[in-house]
Amino acid sequence: MTEITSKTDGENPQMTTEQTDSGAVVASTEVVNNYPHPIVEFWQYFRANKGAVFGLVVLVLLVLMAIFAPLLAPHPPNEQYRDALLMPPAWAEQGSMLYPLGTDDLGRDLLSRIMYGAQVSLTTGSMVVVLAVSFGILLGLLAGYFRGLVDIVITRLMDVMLAVPSLLSAIVIVAILGPSLLNAALAVVITQLPHFVRLTRSSVISEMPKPYVTASQVAGASHLRLMFNTILPNCLAPLIVQATLGISTAILDLAALGFLGMGAQPPTPEWGTMLSGSLQFMQRAPWMVTFPGLFILITVLCFNLMGDGLRDALDPKLKR
Amino acid sequence: MTNPLLHIEDLSVQFGSFTAVENLSLKLELGEILGIVGESGSGKSVTMLALMGLIAYPGKITAKKLEFNGKDLLSISAKERRSLIGKDMSMIFQEPMTSLNPSYTVGFQISEALKVHEGGSRRARYKRCVELLEQVGIPDPTKRLKAFPHQLSGGMCQRIMIAMAIACNPKLLIADEPTTALDVTIQAQIIELLQSLQRDQGMTLIMITHDMGVVAQCADRVNVMYAGQLVEDRAAEKLFSEPNHPYTSALLSALPERSKGKNRLPTIPGIVPGPLDRPVGCLFSPRCFAVQEQCSGNRPPLELDSDGATRCFYPLRAEVIKSTELKSEIEGVDHQHDLEKTEGWA
Amino acid sequence: MLLYLFKRMAVFIPTFFGITLLTFAMIRLIPGDPIELMAGERGIDPERHAILRAEMGLDDPIVFQYLNYIGDVLQGDLGVSVVTKTPVLDEFLALFPATVELSFFAIIFALSIGLPLGIIAALRRGSMIDYTTMGISLTGYSMPVFWWALILMMVFSVTLGWTPVSGRISFLYYVEPVTGFLLIDTWLEGNWAAFKSALWHLVLPATALGTIPMAVIARMTRSSMLEVLGEDYIRTARAKGLSSWRVVMIHGLRNAMIPLITVIGLQVGVLLAGAILTETMFSWPGIGKWLIESVRRRDYPSLQGGVLLISAVVIIVNLIVDVLYGVFNPRIRKQ
Repeated sequence: MTEITSKTDGENPQMTTEQTDSGAVVASTEVVNNYPHPIVEFWQYFRANKGAVFGLVVLVLLVLMAIFAPLLAPHPPNEQYRDALLMPPAWAEQGSMLYPLGTDDLGRDLLSRIMYGAQVSLTTGSMVVVLAVSFGILLGLLAGYFRGLVDIVITRLMDVMLAVPSLLSAIVIVAILGPSLLNAALAVVITQLPHFVRLTRSSVISEMPKPYVTASQVAGASHLRLMFNTILPNCLAPLIVQATLGISTAILDLAALGFLGMGAQPPTPEWGTMLSGSLQFMQRAPWMVTFPGLFILITVLCFNLMGDGLRDALDPKLKR
Repeated sequence: MTNPLLHIEDLSVQFGSFTAVENLSLKLELGEILGIVGESGSGKSVTMLALMGLIAYPGKITAKKLEFNGKDLLSISAKERRSLIGKDMSMIFQEPMTSLNPSYTVGFQISEALKVHEGGSRRARYKRCVELLEQVGIPDPTKRLKAFPHQLSGGMCQRIMIAMAIACNPKLLIADEPTTALDVTIQAQIIELLQSLQRDQGMTLIMITHDMGVVAQCADRVNVMYAGQLVEDRAAEKLFSEPNHPYTSALLSALPERSKGKNRLPTIPGIVPGPLDRPVGCLFSPRCFAVQEQCSGNRPPLELDSDGATRCFYPLRAEVIKSTELKSEIEGVDHQHDLEKTEGWA
Repeated sequence: MLLYLFKRMAVFIPTFFGITLLTFAMIRLIPGDPIELMAGERGIDPERHAILRAEMGLDDPIVFQYLNYIGDVLQGDLGVSVVTKTPVLDEFLALFPATVELSFFAIIFALSIGLPLGIIAALRRGSMIDYTTMGISLTGYSMPVFWWALILMMVFSVTLGWTPVSGRISFLYYVEPVTGFLLIDTWLEGNWAAFKSALWHLVLPATALGTIPMAVIARMTRSSMLEVLGEDYIRTARAKGLSSWRVVMIHGLRNAMIPLITVIGLQVGVLLAGAILTETMFSWPGIGKWLIESVRRRDYPSLQGGVLLISAVVIIVNLIVDVLYGVFNPRIRKQ
């Protein structure tokens, strides 16, 4: 919150008083100058949450792994080694250092596939959220700012969309569009949209009556300026948190769709799709089941940890 | 006189490195009304919460003596303590609206106190509840017992709180700013109610307030607290006519009644020091109108005088001025060494 | 209270009609001709095609088609499955008890572990117990349900052989469906061996399905409890000399439950979505598995009817949650 409000300080002098209200009561000039830069302050709060820092570190490693997969992976993701079908991981008795996490039923190296799979999951996951957030903000702003009929139509539509369990509506959408990674991603965007619309709408509604908005209005700001320059920056904090958590939901839903055969199609090395073939090898090749899922879990866990940290750092209510 | 109802000696409450209450001593007889006065943050409420055993985990309580009705509160078990509080010693709080549980009826909450401490049949408890509501001046008690707190006004809620507190005929009732959150007209009613209940039941009443007017109206004796320390202890009448500590005097002159004819109401500049900005010397020195050189370097001890006690190097009344010779050690420090009984309640 | 109920109903009825609009649109959006889709791979001659089109009202204006659809839905006619040729509603009702049974045990699992964990974590804030609980909770809701089901199966069914791998009951038993709930039916029959088998088949799927709600409930209980324990009335309760147990359970939990009810209600949607995966994994003959099969067989009338009915269930559950919320929160009840 701090980070964002300070950006609008220039045009809305009221914000400074708002700021001190939640912060310190004493507002002498020397003290104000001692306040840390908003980003520094944000980082201090974020750093205080050890889980969030851990999440961030692991996530950076995962992103690096995804980016440098072509360099790091021991094998191409779809190369089939016919002489090494269902090889166990390196530390098992029949394992080989050639295939550190073992191979699948077609003799493809599991580690390499998981590394390339990180590319798929991380990019689609974040793209989904970027799209959902953008459209969500747009619709939420319209609904919250104009109210009236626009609001009713948008809110009703979102209520309807929320009444259908998200995975089910994603399945229906994929059933209509046909199974592919792109369509699955689109389906997840649509299922995530209502959450961002609702969140934006409710923050806009709570910001609207505040004096700084009125001041801007009185100064003659246009609707667009009011919506995007005045109000939106003050609604971003919860959206950032929700977006982080949204990535984890997106990754989970995409993996589930892949698992059901409705997302990425084989031989794409997508984590969920990789698991869908493993069911029948549960007994013979447990590593095929364990590792892709473990990576989904770790990635999602990191985003959730970071989301918590962001919430702590951005939510002014929890600040002392 | 040999066995006071309440006997506190050198009570300190610490939250981490911050001392909320410092070496506070207090003796109270049955039937006395004590007013504890001070600004917000002066440690009035914390003292009483400590007495009730309601200080939560990071808070640490130390005392030489903490006796109530002949029982040593420092050594009794949590269970024994629970059988005392709410029965012989009870407390009402500042915010009546939020101090009642919103999910239960008023009747449930009053009879709960009775059930825990006195048992008895449902019928008997119900009868007693009706009686209590009548006693605290609530009309149509049978109907009110079925009401939820949010359906009642603030004044009404405070009466319910009082009914709950006196349900088991306590020997000591602590009222923590009972009227602060209420309308002015209701304030007077609640104070009168507390006074009349105190008279009828012969109980001891501790009235915590920052309103000198309330103290003037009902207290026999007054303790003035500042930043966790007792700064003046005196009979009410004497305190009002001849305040001895500059802080007391400043508080009194801030009373509107006392500044008739002046253009502006006198105020005390600044605020009570927080955990981080405690002065080295006398805690009140930065705001004191009579501050002298010695005040900013050393902390004054609490000095007994003919009719009370004052914590000041330069008390206002000449006749009670004792030697201003500085003791070699600050009083607080030498007690720290011989604290025998120490207990922290989690 | 009645007024409150009506107000809530007023929100839900338009939502239901909104969903009919979506499910109606869904069938139209599927690329290709609906009759050819229904006819499947066998194909259909043009003459018969035209007759069917007219019969099904596909030549009418779109508004009429929608009104017809609504009329059918309100009469309980959700179309006929293309594959089995039985009415969709009948299929749904036959399979629904299995899903309810599974979800019920999942939520029981979630509550019986999540609630106590959350309460303990709140009471011991900052302790090892608190950190462990929150760690478990965070891991729990970061878990891909289908993977968790796989792992449970791999460990408990395949490796240890403790629990059956799939299905609702051992094929050795035949139970005449009375209520559709196997535990109740076997109990009514007095067939204890079958009852035990049904119960044993429930353990893993219910655990897999209940894990995410458990994690969410533990976390929300903790934060709700922490907030409530800081309230003034908790201090009042302590000042009355009540035991810690009474303070926490009677005065704390009761108030902490108010926001929790909404959270638990929201878990029903999560549960139904999870059931799609869990039922598929464990071959549990319920709605979730049926829906996935409908997608795979391109049985669109079943999918359409299923989505509508599941949404109706979610809406009704939300209504029930709202009523419960009113019951637990006197501030709403007496308005």
